[in-house]
Amino acid sequence: MSFSVTEPSARTKWLAAVLVVGYALITIAPLLWIIATGFKSPADSIAYPPKVVFEPTLEGYVNLFTDRTRATQDMLDAAGEPKTWYERIVRAQGTVINGPSRYGERFLNSVIIGFGSTALCMILGTAAAYAFSRFRVPLKDDLLFFILSTRMMPPIAVAIPIFLMFRNLGLNDTHLGMILLYTAVNLSLSVWLLKGFIDEIPVEYEEAALIDGYTRFQAFTKVVLPQAATGIASTAIFCLIFAWNEYAFAVLLTSGTAQTAPPFIPTIIGVGGKDWPAVAAGATIFLVPVMVFTILLRKHLLRGITFGAVRK
Amino acid sequence: MSQSPIQRVAQATPEPMARRIRGLSDRTIAWIFVAPTIFLLLAVNIFPLIWTVRLSFTDFRVNRPNRDVEWVGLENYQRILTDADIWHTMQATAHFLVWTIVLQVLIGFTLAFLINKKFKGNDLWTTIIVFPMMLSPAVVGNFWTFLYQPQIGLFNYVVAFFTGADPASFSMIGDVALAPWAIVIADTWMWTPFVMLICLAGLRSIPDSIYEAAECDRASKWRQFWTITVPMVLPFLMLAVLFRGIENFKMFDLVVQLTGGGPGNTTTLTSIDLKREAFEKWRTGYSSAYAVILFVTVFGLASIYVKALNKVKQR
Repeated sequence: MSFSVTEPSARTKWLAAVLVVGYALITIAPLLWIIATGFKSPADSIAYPPKVVFEPTLEGYVNLFTDRTRATQDMLDAAGEPKTWYERIVRAQGTVINGPSRYGERFLNSVIIGFGSTALCMILGTAAAYAFSRFRVPLKDDLLFFILSTRMMPPIAVAIPIFLMFRNLGLNDTHLGMILLYTAVNLSLSVWLLKGFIDEIPVEYEEAALIDGYTRFQAFTKVVLPQAATGIASTAIFCLIFAWNEYAFAVLLTSGTAQTAPPFIPTIIGVGGKDWPAVAAGATIFLVPVMVFTILLRKHLLRGITFGAVRK
Repeated sequence: MSQSPIQRVAQATPEPMARRIRGLSDRTIAWIFVAPTIFLLLAVNIFPLIWTVRLSFTDFRVNRPNRDVEWVGLENYQRILTDADIWHTMQATAHFLVWTIVLQVLIGFTLAFLINKKFKGNDLWTTIIVFPMMLSPAVVGNFWTFLYQPQIGLFNYVVAFFTGADPASFSMIGDVALAPWAIVIADTWMWTPFVMLICLAGLRSIPDSIYEAAECDRASKWRQFWTITVPMVLPFLMLAVLFRGIENFKMFDLVVQLTGGGPGNTTTLTSIDLKREAFEKWRTGYSSAYAVILFVTVFGLASIYVKALNKVKQR
C-alpha cells in the first residue's frame, strides 16, 4: 500500500471502529428486544430484571393471529381435546379460540395498499419524470417545485378536506381511496428521484433509436426504461416503504375494511392486560420486511431520503 | 431557435420514414406524460388546501352537517393566535424540534466522521445503524412505550444499571418533567442515521488533495478540521437540518403513539393538538385556520432557511 497523508493511522481506525460498533449495538438493541419479546411468554416479557435468556415460545404469534376468550369449564367441555399445536398453546393459557384475529386482514390491507399505490405511483411518476427530463415543459421549474412543496404540508392539515372529499365520493375507508392518496403523497418523491435517474441516461441512446425508426414512445419503453431499471426499482422500494409505514392518514381515514397494520398494531390487547409478546410478534412481522428492503436499497438510500438532492 | 438533431434527421429523411420517426409529437407526449401526475396532485393536494383555507373563515363543524354555516371572517385566526394553550403547544414543539436537531447533528456528524475513517466492515455497521429510520414510526413509538415501562422496561433497567437508581422510581412517559425528553430520545434514536448518512456523503465529497495540500502547509489536524472539514460539510449538514426540521415540525405518528400528547399536555405537539381539534372536538372551521397557520409557518421558515443554505453553498 502506498503511503498517503490522508489515510488514517491503524490506531485511529481501531478507535473509530470501537465507537461506531458500540453505537450500532446500542441502536440495534431495541430492535433485537422487539424480536426477542415476540418469542417470550407473557410472564417472561414483563419479568424483572428483564430476561435476556428465556425459553422461546410461539405463544405471542398464536395470540396475535387468534381471537380468544377466557374459558369457563362449560366451554372447555364443549371444545373437547385440543386438536392442533396452536390450540394446545391457547388452552395452556386457560383460553379458547373464537376465531382468527384481525391482524391477518390488516396486514393484507397493508400489502394491497402498499403495492397498489407503488405500482400506480411508478407508472405516473416514470412518465412525468421522463417528460420533465427530456422535453421542454412550460413552467417546468415551477411545476417541479410545486410537486416538492406538496410534501411540506402536515398530513393532519390536509386530512380535514380529504376526509370531507372522500366522504362525498364514498372513498372513506376503501382500498381505492388509500391507494390514490398514497400515490399522490409519493408522487413528489418518485418524480424527483426518477428525474435524477433518467437525467443520467445519455440522450444519444434515444436519438439513435429514433433514427432507427422507433417512435418516441417506443424509444421510451424500449431504450430508457431498461436503462433506468435500477433507479425505478429503488424508487419503487422507497414508495413502498412510505406507504407501508404511513400512520396519520391511515388512522384518520380508515377504521374497518381498509385499515392498515400501523394503526392496528398498537390496539392489540390480550385477555387480561396488555399482551406484549403478541404486540412484539405483530411488530416483528411488520418491520422485518422493511429491514430486508433497507439492505437491498443500501446504495441508493441517501438519494431516496433526500429526494435526490444528495447523490453519491 | 436551433433545431435538435432529431428534427434535422427527420427533415432530411424521405417522407414515409419521417412519419414513423415522429409518431406522436413530443409536445403531445409531454402532456400525456405529465398531465395525470399534475391532475392527481391538484385533486389530492391543492384542492384540499384551497378548501381548508375556505373552511378556515367559517364555523363549519363536520359532525353537524345540517347546521347553517356562517362566515366568521378572521375570528378563527384571532382566537388561535391569542390562545395561551396554543402557545404552550408551540413551546413543546420548539423544545422537541431544537433538542432533536441538536442531538442528531452532534451524534450524526460524529458517527459520520468516525465511519469516514474507513475501518474494515464500516459498510456493514452503517447499514445496521440505518435500520431505525426506515421503520414505521407508529409501530416503533408503540414499542418504545414498552421500553419505557417503569421496573420492567429495558430503558429503565439500563439507566438504573448505570446510575444505581431504582428502575421503578421513574416513568419516562408518565412524568411531566421527563416526558418531553422521552420523545426526544426516541426520535434521536430513530433519525440520527439520517443526519449521519448525509454528513457521510459530505465528508466523502471532500477530495483528498485538499488535505494533502494542507499537510504540505503544515496545518495541524485540528486546524484542518475547522478550516476544511467543517466548511465543506456544512451545506450537507444544513440540508439534513432542513429535512429534519420540516419532518419534526409535522411530527405526529411517533409521539402520538409514545405519549399520546401527555401527561397533561406536556408533549402535545402542534400536529397532535390539531388532530384533537379537528377529529375529536370536530371544530372544523377553527382547526382549518390552525392548519393554515401551521402550513404558512413551515413554508415561511423553510423558504428563509433555503435562502441561507444557498448562500452557504455559494461561498
